[in-house]
Amino acid sequence: MFETVEPVNGTEAITTDALIIGAGPVGLFAVFELGLLDIRCHLIDILPKVGGQCAELYPEKPIYDIPGFPVVTGQGLVDNLMKQIEPFHPTFHLGEMVEGVETLGTPDAPLFKVTTDAGKVFMTKTVLIAAGGGSFQPKRPPVPTIEDYEGKSVFYAVRRMEDFRDRSILIVGGGDSALDWTLNLQPIAKRVTLMHRRDEFRAAPHSVEQMRMLVAEGKMDLVLGQVTGLEAEAGALSAAVCRANDNSVFKVACDRMLPFFGLTMKLGPIAEWGLNLAENLIPVDTEKFETSMPGIFAVGDINTYPGKLKLILSGFHEGALAAQKVHRYVYPEKKLLFQYTTSSSSLQKKLGVNA
Amino acid sequence: MPKITFIDHNGTARAVEGEIGATVMETAIRHGVPGIDAECGGACACATCHVYVDDAWREAAGAPSSMEEDMLDFAFDVRPNSRLSCQIRVKAELDGLVVTTPERQA
Repeated sequence: MFETVEPVNGTEAITTDALIIGAGPVGLFAVFELGLLDIRCHLIDILPKVGGQCAELYPEKPIYDIPGFPVVTGQGLVDNLMKQIEPFHPTFHLGEMVEGVETLGTPDAPLFKVTTDAGKVFMTKTVLIAAGGGSFQPKRPPVPTIEDYEGKSVFYAVRRMEDFRDRSILIVGGGDSALDWTLNLQPIAKRVTLMHRRDEFRAAPHSVEQMRMLVAEGKMDLVLGQVTGLEAEAGALSAAVCRANDNSVFKVACDRMLPFFGLTMKLGPIAEWGLNLAENLIPVDTEKFETSMPGIFAVGDINTYPGKLKLILSGFHEGALAAQKVHRYVYPEKKLLFQYTTSSSSLQKKLGVNA
Repeated sequence: MPKITFIDHNGTARAVEGEIGATVMETAIRHGVPGIDAECGGACACATCHVYVDDAWREAAGAPSSMEEDMLDFAFDVRPNSRLSCQIRVKAELDGLVVTTPERQA
């Protein structure tokens, strides 16, 4: 293990043995398998919470094919995994996305510099990509030419509220993001219009109430309909063309638009790392689950190999096997002894249970 | 077995046999019917199995639940006859059901 922490661009790098990208069920269980081999982990996930798809897409849905659990919900599985990996004290970096990976080591002694969009820098011997279907990113509404406006007048998130001061803002959607930004931007905007396809909202009732009050006071507009096109004047967004539920067409004048249409999964920056890819999946061998770059592994739904099944249980198995090879990189001088948690006093010590 | 017809946005119709108890989405995927993505696999957690139910069948197919309505917010070109096909279960009364797939899934 290396002890030196070298400053990179003024930021102190975090050193670790293994950096896991994705805190879904497979990434979480990899912490357990690595932990048994004395390998310390940091995890990065773009979502603000752990659990990946299990927590984001189907927290309440039952899963029937986790060995030993006739039925468990997505959130129930995540909660159990968090309890199971507690003895290994992993460090989570949530709400962050890995932007770049730089190879510093050699194939025999890998070392990577990994940077996130929050400016964090990691120096890690190994990387385990457990990114599932990819990173959750805002969904682009299927409006023709919307790409041309992105980053200039169409935004999927508010980074700086000041950028929206004195603007005519059209916010589209009916969830918490849409309502929260409507309420936050209304005081500084020239005018805020909220558009939703129906007069019912998924957002917290309290926010909806506040929004309706502002509408009643004439301080903002609520319009029912769907955006079908965008219009520009001198290259800048000037209006959204919309269709009402009775199929009549109307326009909303605006110079900023914030569409909130939920999240979709995209491979994202992983595609730029120089790994071999096959249809947005990462090919691995089935002995070590290592990618085309020594020291970078891929486990769970994101990898592919002959016979691959996208099952959580397959991802668990893959993590256990990958951990064996990770151990060789992290402790090249140590011999790895195969042991069972049932009988090994050394494993039980790591787990904090009495033999 | 109930017959289900999927019409794509170009007007091409494909009639397939549905199994009672399966969903209309599953029926489409099993028969390789194009135009239905079903990214989330039927958990009512995306809006990529969106269909328009033929007016004659709207009553038999039923109205979307509130959770389905929430998900439909994420779909493209939502109309009064929009449904998520993973939430429509095939039953004997739906023999002959006709649905149209949208130009694109969200």
